Amino acid sequence: MNIIITITVTALVVLYAGLFKAKKALLPITLIGLLISLAFVATSWNTNQTYFGMMQMDNFALAFSGITILGTLFVFLLTQNYFAADSENIAEYFTLILFALAGIIIMVSYKNMSMLFIGIEIMSVCLYILAGIRKSNFASNEASLKYFLMGAFSTGFLLFGITLIYGATGSFDLETINQYLVGNYKSISPMFYPGVILMLIGLSFKVGAAPFHFWTPDVYEGAPTLITTFMSTVVKTAGFAAFLRLFADTFAPLHDFWLPPLVAIVCITLFIGNVTALFQKNFKRMLAYSSISHAGYLLFSLVTLSANSSNNVLVYAAAYTFASIIAFAVLIMVKQKTGNDHFDSFNGLAKRNPLTALVLTIAMLSLAGIPLTAGFIGKYLMFLNVMGEYQILLVAFAILNALVGFYYYFKVIVAMYFKEGNEIELEVPLQYKAVLIFSVVITLFLGVYPAVILNLI
Amino acid sequence: MEQLLLLLIFLPLLGALVTALSGNAAKHVALVSAIVSLGFALAMVCNFTPDASTQFVVNYSWIHDLGINFHAGVDGISMITILLTNVLIPLIILASYQHSYKSSNAFFALILFMQSGLLIVFTALDAFLFYIGWEAALIPIYFICAVWGGKDRIKVNMKFFVYTIAGSLFMLLGLIYLYLQNPAHNFDIQAFYNLNLDATQQGWIFWAFFIAFAIKMPVFPFHTWQPNTYTEAPAAGTMLLAGIMLKMGIYGVIRWLLPIVPSGVQDWGHVAIILSVIGIVYASIIAFTQKDAKRLVAYSSIAHVGLISAGIFALNTQGMQGAMIQMLSHGINVVGLFFVLDIVSSRLKTNRISELGGIAKQAPVLAITALIIVLGTVALPGTNGFIGEFLLLIGVYQYNIWLAVFAGLTIIFGAVYMFRMYQNIMLGKTNDLTITFTDVKGSERIVLYIICALIIVLGVYPKPILQLSEASVQHLIEQVTQKLTSVN
Repeated sequence: MNIIITITVTALVVLYAGLFKAKKALLPITLIGLLISLAFVATSWNTNQTYFGMMQMDNFALAFSGITILGTLFVFLLTQNYFAADSENIAEYFTLILFALAGIIIMVSYKNMSMLFIGIEIMSVCLYILAGIRKSNFASNEASLKYFLMGAFSTGFLLFGITLIYGATGSFDLETINQYLVGNYKSISPMFYPGVILMLIGLSFKVGAAPFHFWTPDVYEGAPTLITTFMSTVVKTAGFAAFLRLFADTFAPLHDFWLPPLVAIVCITLFIGNVTALFQKNFKRMLAYSSISHAGYLLFSLVTLSANSSNNVLVYAAAYTFASIIAFAVLIMVKQKTGNDHFDSFNGLAKRNPLTALVLTIAMLSLAGIPLTAGFIGKYLMFLNVMGEYQILLVAFAILNALVGFYYYFKVIVAMYFKEGNEIELEVPLQYKAVLIFSVVITLFLGVYPAVILNLI
Repeated sequence: MEQLLLLLIFLPLLGALVTALSGNAAKHVALVSAIVSLGFALAMVCNFTPDASTQFVVNYSWIHDLGINFHAGVDGISMITILLTNVLIPLIILASYQHSYKSSNAFFALILFMQSGLLIVFTALDAFLFYIGWEAALIPIYFICAVWGGKDRIKVNMKFFVYTIAGSLFMLLGLIYLYLQNPAHNFDIQAFYNLNLDATQQGWIFWAFFIAFAIKMPVFPFHTWQPNTYTEAPAAGTMLLAGIMLKMGIYGVIRWLLPIVPSGVQDWGHVAIILSVIGIVYASIIAFTQKDAKRLVAYSSIAHVGLISAGIFALNTQGMQGAMIQMLSHGINVVGLFFVLDIVSSRLKTNRISELGGIAKQAPVLAITALIIVLGTVALPGTNGFIGEFLLLIGVYQYNIWLAVFAGLTIIFGAVYMFRMYQNIMLGKTNDLTITFTDVKGSERIVLYIICALIIVLGVYPKPILQLSEASVQHLIEQVTQKLTSVN
């Protein structure tokens, strides 16, 4: 609770600071607020408090809060001069991101379906605005509209699902629903099943899993890159946490029922994400499609439910978040220099910026899943989990997809190191340096010694 | 003593770091690091008792929750490959002295980084560690070949990379399967040896592993990446690939395939041998028609590796011992051959056989050392190639006469194209291009002398090397046959 309050208060303070034109104070206030909430995450560890039967701050919620807050912190560090070029009122951006984060904390800690809905809505409304915040930019407007329409549509599915489940069980409370399933396993109301499927669809929309992914590439490409960073890392992680809380715990007794549609979603997601990413010429769009394929790997954790499922998602999400932040940070710098985000803009980058190129290479290796990076451990855990029930064909299919992934992630490495190009020299501001170094250290550390995070939840 | 192995594995990593930071002095730093590593390796050989036991064992818990340990050790078979790696790396670094590579610090750092990965592969007793080393050796060589390679390097190396990583991912799938089958839920090699898998399971694991190893070696029909990659790679890259990296595949078969899935080998081993022999014949025929000397050597390498692979799958002491000594010999010879061709091409900018000729007159030292290397490659008695190929052929002969006849005749036949290449490059009339050729000097001369000395010494007196691995090889074969008889 204190986490949400801290974040919300920070958001309000930032808004007022913006009102009084205290531009220089915005970032420090935000960072302090986020650091305080991170401290609250640490101090609440193992306390497992429940608030009004609505939210439960168990270690699961705290771990995912921690990683999303850290991700947001990094995104804020990347704001240096980023929004100033667009608008006078950068306080709006800050406030909206912070409010979205507050929604995210609710999404990862809900104990009641209504809170899930409220959390998702708080986050989504902020994101609709953020995606379209470049008012005069056509792509940004398009992104915002598409996101809004698709988001509203998917919320409809979600809400209808919640209603049906309420009709079947008479409760929004996750525990009551779970007990209903366990108690009436033989005589579950027929309303419940479509409810589960509708919620599966609604949440698949939110995490951008195929075939409900149409909005992702356009929104990711159209939105300002920094907002895309936020959406594809922090928001995605939160979506999966919400997914897990519901399906890995509450709906676990019905695993046999929702597994076939889930496996279908996993396979389509992996295939579409990877194969379309392969043909992209635009780095940002490639990252968007690859984020779809990562959603597929993340959903692996739900294919075989085990005690480690949530922790596996945490590891994978951490690996994915930090590698993606690096990728987007470098993309922002390259775009500022060259004016576009095609692969060609990265040609010959390594010559003048060896360290930046090295960091981006490590990020790409992590996203592709090469050993000694966090990404490998994440993929390994997912494969291990699914292999636990000997679903060898599914893993073999995922491996073939991972191979495709190598191909497109290496495209940018090839461009940086092996191609001749406009020898631009990037200016790396101090805050960017900090983010890059932190992220790369985390990526390598989790890859070499993942033991620290394996039993967190 | 345990520390010796840790030092051996991590010293190159440290060397790589220092090399990367040392700017223009990189090549000297790298050479020093490689020579110190060689010193450690020799110290290890001196302290090694040539019996079947695993020595210098280190075992630390690494990722406890996943049953992963940093568990490594050395037996006779590992000792040979360690020796190979640590002898060849300083030679390869020294062989690159004459080149002025752009950002040479990265270049030499990557070589040392790869050395670390290779040594992990050759000593790992934990399957996960083995896999990590396997990939850690791949990434640097990919960059070496793709950054400093020839014109077509990007496409060619992507193919190489995707091929090898495809193989290794399915190997990983096999490893995870074994891990899950293992009641202790760890990756310990001994636990994998003790698993009771039925014939079907063993068949699947056999293929999951064999394809990964076959791509690396490469065995027909998984070889298609090899000629182009060898040709496009910088000289040092080719030497690393052909001299050391392909031995990862051979070592993998010996350490991880034969003892874990003996029934699989019994059921499918003949397919592997037949593929290997097809590879020998096929690669030799293609080598005959090559116009580019580097490609010719690349194809001849496929033929030689095919014989090693066939000898291993024959599953007898002679074949296996032959494979041991031939791994070492082939490494030395092929590095020598590629170095000679590199000397030629760095002076004349071509490796096309038809454009060369008469170099012997201009460069007698190069011609004589090259002759010794060629003789070693074609396995003339008294050179290092002879003892290995002889034993390998005996091994294959015991398995099946006809395969041995095919393999043997082709290898002997192989001498023809090697000599023809030598003749067309070194002998004959000097032409306008080769008239300017200057003889080898300095570092080039040192490398060639060392290689020739090794060829002759190993050829005349191979006993110490054979002794090193004999007990381990016998133990391995006993282990496999024992497991097979207990199943039947």
